[in-house]
Amino acid sequence: MFTILHLAIIAPFLAAVLVPLLYKFIPRIHTGWFVLIVPIILFSYFLSYLPEVSGTGSVMKTFEWIPSLGINYIAYVDGLGLLFALLITGIGALVVLYSIYYLDKHKEQLNNFYTYLLLFMGAMLGLTLSDNLIVLYTFWEITSISSFLLISYWYTKEKSRYGALKSLLITVMGGFALLVGFVLIASVTGTYSIRGILEASDQLADSPLFLPAMLLILLGAFTKSAQFPFHIWLPDAMEAPTPVSAYLHSATMVKAGIYLVARMTPLFAVSAYWFWLVTGFGLLTLIWGSLSAIRQTDLKGILAYSTVSQLGMILSMLGAGAAALHYDSIDNNAYTIAVAAAIFHLINHATYKGSLFMMVGIIDHETGTRDIRRLGGLMTLMPISFTIAVIGGFSMAGLPPFNGFLSKEMFFMSMVEITHFPQYSVDSIGILLPIVAWTASIFTFVYCMMLVFRTFTGKLQKEKLPTKPHEAPFGMLLSPLILVALVVFIGFFPNTLVPTIIEPAMASIMPELAQTGSFGVDIYFWHGFSLELFMTIGVVLLGTAIFLALQKWNKMHVIFPENRLFNQAYNRSLEGLDRSSHALMSWHMTGLVRDYFIYIFSFTVVLLLFSLFGTGAFTIDVENMVPVSPYEAILSLVLVGSSLILMFTRSRLKAVISLGALGYTVALFFVLFRAPDLALTQLTIETVSVTLFLLCFYHFPQIFDALKETKFHAVNFVISATVGLTVTLIGLSASGTRLFPAISDYFLENSYKEAGGNNVVNVILVDFRGFDTLLEILVLAIASLGVYSLIKLRLAGGENK
Amino acid sequence: MEIIMSILAGFLFTVGLYLILTKNLIRIIIGSSVLSHGAHLLLLTMAGLKTGAPPLLGLEADTYVDPLPQALILTAIVISFGVTSFILVLGYRTYKVTGAAETDQLRGTDTDE
Repeated sequence: MFTILHLAIIAPFLAAVLVPLLYKFIPRIHTGWFVLIVPIILFSYFLSYLPEVSGTGSVMKTFEWIPSLGINYIAYVDGLGLLFALLITGIGALVVLYSIYYLDKHKEQLNNFYTYLLLFMGAMLGLTLSDNLIVLYTFWEITSISSFLLISYWYTKEKSRYGALKSLLITVMGGFALLVGFVLIASVTGTYSIRGILEASDQLADSPLFLPAMLLILLGAFTKSAQFPFHIWLPDAMEAPTPVSAYLHSATMVKAGIYLVARMTPLFAVSAYWFWLVTGFGLLTLIWGSLSAIRQTDLKGILAYSTVSQLGMILSMLGAGAAALHYDSIDNNAYTIAVAAAIFHLINHATYKGSLFMMVGIIDHETGTRDIRRLGGLMTLMPISFTIAVIGGFSMAGLPPFNGFLSKEMFFMSMVEITHFPQYSVDSIGILLPIVAWTASIFTFVYCMMLVFRTFTGKLQKEKLPTKPHEAPFGMLLSPLILVALVVFIGFFPNTLVPTIIEPAMASIMPELAQTGSFGVDIYFWHGFSLELFMTIGVVLLGTAIFLALQKWNKMHVIFPENRLFNQAYNRSLEGLDRSSHALMSWHMTGLVRDYFIYIFSFTVVLLLFSLFGTGAFTIDVENMVPVSPYEAILSLVLVGSSLILMFTRSRLKAVISLGALGYTVALFFVLFRAPDLALTQLTIETVSVTLFLLCFYHFPQIFDALKETKFHAVNFVISATVGLTVTLIGLSASGTRLFPAISDYFLENSYKEAGGNNVVNVILVDFRGFDTLLEILVLAIASLGVYSLIKLRLAGGENK
Repeated sequence: MEIIMSILAGFLFTVGLYLILTKNLIRIIIGSSVLSHGAHLLLLTMAGLKTGAPPLLGLEADTYVDPLPQALILTAIVISFGVTSFILVLGYRTYKVTGAAETDQLRGTDTDE
C-alpha cells in the first residue's frame, strides 16, 4: 500500500518539480518561503514517529511497486533512520529559512537552488529510510549528484566547478565500490533487504566474500564522509553557498557514510578488521583534520577541516562501539557507551556546526570577507553573531556547560574504556587510542579559539574590509539562534534525548544487545575527579598555550607535511587520465576514413574466420556442383581482367569503361544462372551508371586527374586480400550447406495462388515483400533528392572555382 | 562452378576493398561499386547454381531456382545504384567546393568548428 510515509519520503521530489513554476509565476515572494513549508511539515510528521520507535520499536510500510517481480518499495523507520530523518528535515528547515535572507531574490537563480536542495532532501530521506540496498544505493548517488549541482551553484566561478567535479569524482568512485559491496553481500545472503541481511549475518561471516564486501562498503562510507585520505574534496566543496555548506557538507550528507557504518555495524562488527579500520581511520582523520584546520586562514576552511575531523571522531566512536557486540548481554558492557557517544555527538555536531556555518555566512555577508587575517574586533559591532560564535565554538571545543562538553567527555571515556578490551591486541597498542584522541582534542580547542577570537576580538581593520560591517538582519540570525539555543538546551537537559532518540538509535546499531535490556544511558556533567575531567583540563590548558603562541608557530607549515600532497595526487591522476585517454584516442582515431575501414574490416575478418573455423563450419561439398562451361570460363576471365584494370589503371577513361565491362559481365552471369530479372535490371542500371560516370567526367575531368598517381599499397592489399579470402571460404562453405528447409518453396507455391503472378521474383518484390520495396523506393527518392540538391545547390561563398 | 564463383566473389571483394582503402575519391566510389557486384555474386552462389528453371511459373518446369536470393539481389542492385550515384555526386561536389580529390585533404582537426 502506498502510505503517507512513502509520500513523506518522495514529497521533496514532488515539491522540487513545483519550485521552477513558483519562481517564475510568483517572483514577488522569495521562493524560499514556499520551500520552507516542506521540511517543516515533514519534521512535525517524523516527530510523530518518536513514540512508536522508542525502545526497540520500528515501523515498516511496504508499497508493492512491481509485485510480479517482487520489487517492493519498503520504507523502514527505526531509531537510527528516524534520527537522520529528524536531522535532515529539522536542519533542512533552518537552512531554508536562513537561505531566504542569504540569497538575494533579484540576483540569484533561486529556482535552481531550491530544486537541487529539495532533490537532496528527498534523496537523503530515501537513503536513511529504505530497507533495500539497491534503493539505498540509488538515493546515495542522487545525494552525490545534488551535492555536485549545489557546489557548482555559482558555476561561473572556476573554483566552484573544480570543487564540484572533485567531490563528484571522489564520492561517486566510492559509490561504485559501495554498489559492488552490496552486490557481494546479496550474492552471499540472497537478499537485498537490510533486515534480511542482518538476519543472515552468520552466513556472511563464514563467506570468503566477507572481507572484500566490508572493504568496498567502507570505501564508500569513507569517501562520502570525507575520511582520510579522501577528505580532500570537502574543503573544496566550501565553494558552495554557505547554507549548502551548513546543510550538506556538515550536518547531513557527509553523515551518510556514518549512517552506513552504523547500519552495517551488526553485520561486520565481528571482524577485527572492521574494528581497527573504522577506529583507526576515524582517529587518523580526527587528528589530521584538526591539525589542518589550525593552518587555515579562511573561516570556512577552518570549519571544513573541523567537519572532517569531527566526522572522524564520530566514526572512531562507532568503531570502538563495535567491541560491544562481542558480548551477549548489555550488563557490564562498558563499550556501549561509545555508540551512545557517537550518536549523541552526531546530534551535537549538527547543532553547533550548523550555527557556526551560519555565523560565518553572516560574517561573509556583512563584511565581505572570510579571511581571519583581515577580520577582527567585530565583537561590539556584531554582538549577536559573537554570542552565536562563542556558544557554538565553545561547544565544539568541548567546554561546559554546552552539549559538546558532554559528548567530548563521553568520547574520552569510551576511548579510555576501549583500552581494556581483551581482543584484537588492543591491550598492547590500544593505549595509543586515547592519546591520539586527546592530542587531537587539543588542536580542536585551538582552532575553536581561533574561530571565535580572531574574528571578534583584537583590532578592527576597517580599511581591509570590502564593506562596512554591521549586524545582520533578524531573519538571518534566527536559524543560528535556534541552533545555539538547542546547544544550550541539550547541554543542560541531555537526558531528554536519551529515551527518545539515542537509545532507539543504539537499538538499531546493536539489535541483539537491545533485546537483553535497557542501555541505561545517563548523561550528566559532573563525574567527580575522573580521568576524563583531567583530560579536558589538560586540553584547555595546553590548547590555550598553543593558541597564544600560535603566531610564532608558523613554522608548523614546514614540520607538518603539506595537505597538498593528496590534492596533488588527485590533480595529477586527473591530468594523467586526461592525457592518456587523449593519447589513446589520437593514436587510433586518426581522422582518416581509411584507417577506420581497416579497423572495421580487420575486426570483421577475425570474427568471421574465428567463427568459421572455431565452430567447424568450414566444409566443401564437391558432390552437387555444376560443371564449368566454356562460356562461363570466358566470362570469369573477362571479370578478372576488367577488375585488374580497375585496380591498377592510371587512365580515367579505362577505369570507367572497365567498370562498365565488369557490370555487364555480372549481368551475363545472371543470365547464365537463370535470373532473367536480375540481368535486365543490372543491364539498365549499369548503363545509367556508366553514363553518370561519363557525365561527371565530361563536366569535371580534373577530378579524375588524381587517378594518375598510383602506387601499390601492400598493407591495403593484404587486408583486402584477407577479406576476399574470407568471403571465398564463406561462399564455399555456404553453397553446399542447407541447415534448414528454404522458405522459397512457399513463394513458389503461393505466388500464383495468392498473388496471381507467374514471375515469382516480381511477386516477392511487389506483393509478399511489398513494404520492403516501398522503403527501397524511399531510399532511392532520398538519394535522388540528394543528388539533385548537391548539383543544384549553390552555397554562398562555398565555391572555390 | 561454385568454387570458381566463390573465388570470383572473393576476388571482387579484394579489388573493391583495395580501391576503397586508397585515398582517391573516384577510386573509392568505383571500389564500392565493385564491392556490391561481389556481394551480389556471392548471394547468388550461396543459394545454389542452376538447380532448376528460372523462377517463372509459366515455364511449368519441375524445379525452379531459388527465387528469394534473386529478389534480395534485385533490391540490392537498385540500392547500390542509388548509393553509387549519390556518392559520385557527393565526390563531385566536394571537389568543386574544396578542391580536394583525396580523403587526406578532407581530414578535419580538433580545432575545426
